[in-house]
Amino acid sequence: MSHRELDDMLGTKWRKPSFVPNPLLRWVLILGFIAYLIAAFMTIDVNWSRVYDGLDRGGQFIMAFAKPDFVSRAGDIWSGLLESIVMTVAASVVGILISIPIGLGAARNIAPMPIYLICRGIVAISRALQEIIVAILLVAIFGFGPLAGFLTLSFATIGFLSKLLAEDIESMDRVQAEAIRASGARWTQWINYGVQPQVMPRLVGLSMYRIDINFRESAILGLVGAGGIGATLNTAFDRYEYDTAAAILLLIIGIVMALEYLSGIIRARVQ
Amino acid sequence: MPVLEDVNGVREWRRRTTGQSLIRWFGWLIGVAVFVVCWQRISDSTTWFFVWDAPRIAEDIWTRATPPRWEYITQLGRPIWDTFNIATLGTIIALFLAVPVAFLAARNTTPSALFVRPVALLIIVATRSINSLIWALLLIAIIGPGVFAGVVAIAIRSIGFCAKLLYEAIEEIDAAQVEAITATGASRWQVMAYGIVPQIMPAFAGIAVFRWDINIRESTVLGLVGAGGIGLQLSASLNVLAWPQVSLILIVILVAVVLGEWVSAKVRGAII
Repeated sequence: MSHRELDDMLGTKWRKPSFVPNPLLRWVLILGFIAYLIAAFMTIDVNWSRVYDGLDRGGQFIMAFAKPDFVSRAGDIWSGLLESIVMTVAASVVGILISIPIGLGAARNIAPMPIYLICRGIVAISRALQEIIVAILLVAIFGFGPLAGFLTLSFATIGFLSKLLAEDIESMDRVQAEAIRASGARWTQWINYGVQPQVMPRLVGLSMYRIDINFRESAILGLVGAGGIGATLNTAFDRYEYDTAAAILLLIIGIVMALEYLSGIIRARVQ
Repeated sequence: MPVLEDVNGVREWRRRTTGQSLIRWFGWLIGVAVFVVCWQRISDSTTWFFVWDAPRIAEDIWTRATPPRWEYITQLGRPIWDTFNIATLGTIIALFLAVPVAFLAARNTTPSALFVRPVALLIIVATRSINSLIWALLLIAIIGPGVFAGVVAIAIRSIGFCAKLLYEAIEEIDAAQVEAITATGASRWQVMAYGIVPQIMPAFAGIAVFRWDINIRESTVLGLVGAGGIGLQLSASLNVLAWPQVSLILIVILVAVVLGEWVSAKVRGAII
């Protein structure tokens, strides 16, 4: 800061510097934002009397968390939950196994150009389509049941895991891999001893995280008929059986928390 | 890393000792067994006849869905606007609610680590672990179907995500700056406004745009359960098996998702 500016500023009150320094841009952003908010609120028609009526039911639902009903639909809850867990485990295993070769292929520093493009294409398609839309299409093709859910979750796992694995391989230490290659290793040995030890901790961490996501997603696949606890939950809402719905939600939250805790321990061990 | 010597006295390097190999082998055995059991259960509840028939059905759907019914796009303007509103307003509401939760959850700003922090963490976990579609189902049962239910569902779902990232950013701030502001005799709120907020502002903006991008994705399918947006059209078209409309809607959703991701990447690149 020059002396001239300092002299000018002496005696005047200090003002907090703005987040967006350019005043013109700042005012355009603020005014545009306000105009958007007004336009958005104009087009949302909220039926306030319906909302007011619903508050009562909302209160009932919150009260239901205090006394969740695990018992009266125990059979449905148990079979739905088991199906969700089965889908999660099977889809995670298959998804991880498939995403390792695709992840290798999508890493620019170890894959030749044509393979790189194909693998990146698979990753892009898998990431752009949401699970629930994939599930709708697969249910239409393969029929109702956990097979469609299993395929959906496997497909979604591939996009997630391959992309992050490929990014990890691209940022690995080249020196170690080169040293293995200099010892005369074959391609498979090079991958196994030069690349794999470097990316393994992150791969394990990401896989645990993906299992966690897969379980959460498996809870909604039932809404479109792809198996799991979602169908039971949907029925409970439709019948206004809030205590059963609360029980299912508490079970989902509990399992997700347990998985997160477990993956925290495993990640701490491998890193 | 052991070096084994066989009967002829040839020394061979191995990556693991025999014991380690056995333990690993046993772990893999259990893993494979669990997978087989899971697969068995899936297989039992699958009608394999439909699966063998799947290629024909897929081909059939493909021929019905192409070409997309392009003129239907004139009816999609309003649903896209609704979808955009659900994502944007939901994100804004979520940010307003997430900021206090994040300050209560961060170790260095929470008023009480023993009582308040666990409550804030519970809010974060509970809102994060339930998908926005389930929140939408619940809200439709409570406040009726429509865009408003979608906005609230997205908002609730995003609280946990935003608050979690934000409180991690708050815990990582530079304590020296906070101390300097405190040393000038600033009150608790002044320390907050001049010591903490400027430090987390870039992280906050990044989180906001990141979550907005995810919310665009999620709001496109909220309509499947009746919470407004383009998903309503998708569900209506699926119900009447209007496959050319379904394919057009899927293309529109795909474009919206890619555009959202592009905008978010640009804005985050400009901030960070």
